[in-house]
Amino acid sequence: MRLSEHRYRTISSIRGPLLFVEQVFAARMGEVVRIACPGGETAEGEILKIDGDTALIQVFGETRGLGLDADVAFTDAIRQAPLSADVIGRVFNGSFIPIDGAPMFVPEQWAPITGAPINPTARARPEEFIETGLTAIDALNTLVKGQKLPIFSSAGLPAKEMTAAIVRNARLAGGGAFVVVFVALGLPHHEYAFYMQVLAGMEGDFTAFINRAGEPVMERLLAPRFGLAVAEHLAFARGMDVLVVITDMTNYCDALREVSTAREELPGRRGYPGYMYSDLASLYERAGRIRGMPGSVTMLPVVTMPEDDITHPIPDLTGYITEGQIVLSRELHQKGVFPPVDVLPSLSRLMQRGIGSGRTRQDHRRIADLLYKQYAKGRDLRRLEAIVGREGMMGSDRLMLDFADAFERELIHQGAARRDINASLDGGIALLGRFPAEAP
Amino acid sequence: MTGRILGIAGPTVTVDISGLRLYDMVRVGTAGLIGEVVRLERGRAVVQVYEDTRGLAVNEPAAGMDAPLSVQLAPGLLGGMFDGLQRPLRRLEELAGPFVAAGREVFPLDRERTWVFTPAGNAGDEVAAGDLLGHVAEGTFRHPVTAPRGGRIERLHAGEFRLADPIGRMADGRDIFAIAPWPVRRPRPYRRKLSPSLPLVTGQRTIDFLFPVARGGTAIFPGGFGTGKTILEQSIAKFADVDIVVYAGCGERGNEMAELLEEFVTLADPWSGRPLMERTIVVVNTSNMPVAAREASIYTAVSMAEYYRDMGCHVLLLADSISRWAEALREISSSLEEMPGEEGYPTYLSSRLAAFFERAGVVETLGGTVGSLSMILSVSPPGGDFTEPVTQACLRTAGVFFMLDTALAHRRHFPAINWFQSYSLYEPEMVAHFDGHVSPRWSEVRRRCREILQREEALREVAEIVGIEGLQDADRLLMKVAERIRHEFLSQNAYMDDAFSAPDRTLARIAEIVAFHDRAGEQLKQGVLPDELPRG
Repeated sequence: MRLSEHRYRTISSIRGPLLFVEQVFAARMGEVVRIACPGGETAEGEILKIDGDTALIQVFGETRGLGLDADVAFTDAIRQAPLSADVIGRVFNGSFIPIDGAPMFVPEQWAPITGAPINPTARARPEEFIETGLTAIDALNTLVKGQKLPIFSSAGLPAKEMTAAIVRNARLAGGGAFVVVFVALGLPHHEYAFYMQVLAGMEGDFTAFINRAGEPVMERLLAPRFGLAVAEHLAFARGMDVLVVITDMTNYCDALREVSTAREELPGRRGYPGYMYSDLASLYERAGRIRGMPGSVTMLPVVTMPEDDITHPIPDLTGYITEGQIVLSRELHQKGVFPPVDVLPSLSRLMQRGIGSGRTRQDHRRIADLLYKQYAKGRDLRRLEAIVGREGMMGSDRLMLDFADAFERELIHQGAARRDINASLDGGIALLGRFPAEAP
Repeated sequence: MTGRILGIAGPTVTVDISGLRLYDMVRVGTAGLIGEVVRLERGRAVVQVYEDTRGLAVNEPAAGMDAPLSVQLAPGLLGGMFDGLQRPLRRLEELAGPFVAAGREVFPLDRERTWVFTPAGNAGDEVAAGDLLGHVAEGTFRHPVTAPRGGRIERLHAGEFRLADPIGRMADGRDIFAIAPWPVRRPRPYRRKLSPSLPLVTGQRTIDFLFPVARGGTAIFPGGFGTGKTILEQSIAKFADVDIVVYAGCGERGNEMAELLEEFVTLADPWSGRPLMERTIVVVNTSNMPVAAREASIYTAVSMAEYYRDMGCHVLLLADSISRWAEALREISSSLEEMPGEEGYPTYLSSRLAAFFERAGVVETLGGTVGSLSMILSVSPPGGDFTEPVTQACLRTAGVFFMLDTALAHRRHFPAINWFQSYSLYEPEMVAHFDGHVSPRWSEVRRRCREILQREEALREVAEIVGIEGLQDADRLLMKVAERIRHEFLSQNAYMDDAFSAPDRTLARIAEIVAFHDRAGEQLKQGVLPDELPRG
């Protein structure tokens, strides 16, 4: 055990965001280092690998101007997040430095930013309905407290408007509001400005961690961990219901790939590292509830699917970890449907527990199943329609085509309106009533 | 055998201890993290550490433990929930709170609990290893205790004991205990392997009727995300016609495990009526728990499964998902800087998998009884692409392949088992068994069912072009019947009473639909128009 900082000027090489420092005594995995250049620039880093007296350091923050003559201080501590209820209402950058003009709060305690896994026996099953105000989610892909449900978007689709609608409108079953922890990763200015406006207009409280497009890539690996450490603190030490919104996970994964490549690791699919599943799980799995404790962490990550491809490693691995996904469709967006949610590939794995009498309504499952079945049939028939034309189809099939159109236009589409769960389900019943399918 | 840490890279730690053996356990760092030796060089060893290495520093102490990674096998495992290293998670929660802390060592079983031993043999008996010595009552389960080695029994103690107490003594002066450690990576011995001949009834119609699994057989179901792998695993865990279920949640979701635990405590085993948890052991390493322990978890699970097999039980091992195990293997391999094979997986992926599958089977135990260990494993191919290495390696050894189909899942057809691509190598023996034990009509109805589904597939292509109106009446009828088969027979709602279907009910349901087809076909021939046919 070393009890003080050690300083070295023995950098042997710098490769992208990686530093190799030699002749280090007793380096520690994950230890935080501070790098100071003679010119006055400073940066922080973390030890990734140790081989004898050589330590490999990943630099967070700006590496421009860094030279082999820099001074590296080893702090003997792993990275911790400062925690306090005073984080609420504040805006920080990816290194947990306030950017809202106010001074840093006084931390009540510190906790490792990676957290510790929740013991599976200690988890409480997520089953409390969250009303997002969107029919496509509430009625058909119900979100529950403690769930992680990503939004799979594509370039040009209104994921941010949809996320904003959820952040603004989400209500707990008892009518309470969430504390929102908003984590922005590599956000361009117009999106940043949009979200900040949304957060400012919210009724409830929020904390934001903002890493903008021009800011250091490596901070994208830190910001979500800071955000989640704060969320866990608010949820499990203070009993709050926290909604964590992370956008955009695609930028996170690209940052992960950048480090991995710099470390000369074997690239996996599309160059992303083989451990990306475990790495993403270390973030997503922090959502949940704990038996016998108030508070919850619900997570809503946004993933932009490169090339609109749901089998791309980022949405693919995300989908394997999260409890479902909300998939946005370019086609629906072009039809002017908002939110453009394609309900067929969308899914909420925890829906079953969150609906029914006492949670939403007793007829919820039946309505959702019928809507799904008929819409899927209508969608199937569209392919047939393209071949034989509408005239060549049976009357009952034409009815299903009309149903699918009305389903998209009237039920999924809701513009800026907020619908409560009763309005969503009643809308579904009305629609089913207008297009009575043949008895199954 | 002590030394110091020389280097750390991800989950692997280099130590300067000599005299270690491969797969020996090593304790590293002041935190006392546990690991396993995976590589030896002169004067140094590489250790795969089962816990998060963050915070570990070079020069910290390390010590060899002179034993390989082992599980404790004894009464008290049933109903237990362990992590990949057999640490009892409930006890860990009591000790350390809701979050799993690294470096905690907790004995897997309750050493304070008293059990009652009822000897079956007498002092003076000559026994061979594996011979029955008596039973321990473990709830309703009569837990057999067998001779650890051959020899003459000097005495057996009837009555209460704790795990640390001997239950008897051999003539050679050594005590007999009801508890014994077993190194997880070594398959437990048996007299000989038998061919699987009995079906493992799962209560899933598509499986039992179309792609039956044998007791002692192996099955895999690969599927992209959202195809219902976990629900299917859990349904099988609930309803399978076996004595013991070992469920390994390998690198999957924590919330799902919470759901499973809650359900298993409340649900009853449809075969015995007892709470499901009484016949279940859960091994869980969620995706955010350490990767190296995930790699070890399936061996921990299979060793416990073999333990019950050796008592003459029918055991089912379920693992969700084997891909996460393979990824853990890849991660460890890559931190060892081994030469990668396909997609970065080590080249020994397929041989390790094959060796793991080999631990399934029907065996004549050392004691002369027959036990079976079946495996049903889910596979999570990236992008739902079945050409990837893990799926392909599994396909080479598994006896049953259930292909989970994303298109079916999108249509909310569950279980989303594709009935054209899936297959069962146990089909001939199993179908013959059902013919003999459920109804002689089994194989005939089954043939008809497959025929209708196949014909539908062909007709569907025609219908896409000419429209359903353009088909002949008999073909339109067949399309209707096939739709009924899909909706009323092949799909099964895991949340309703329908979640479990016994073989006789399975047969009755399909036979009814096939009979309807025959009746309606006759009516068509007699000139009844298709739209006028009765619906059911």
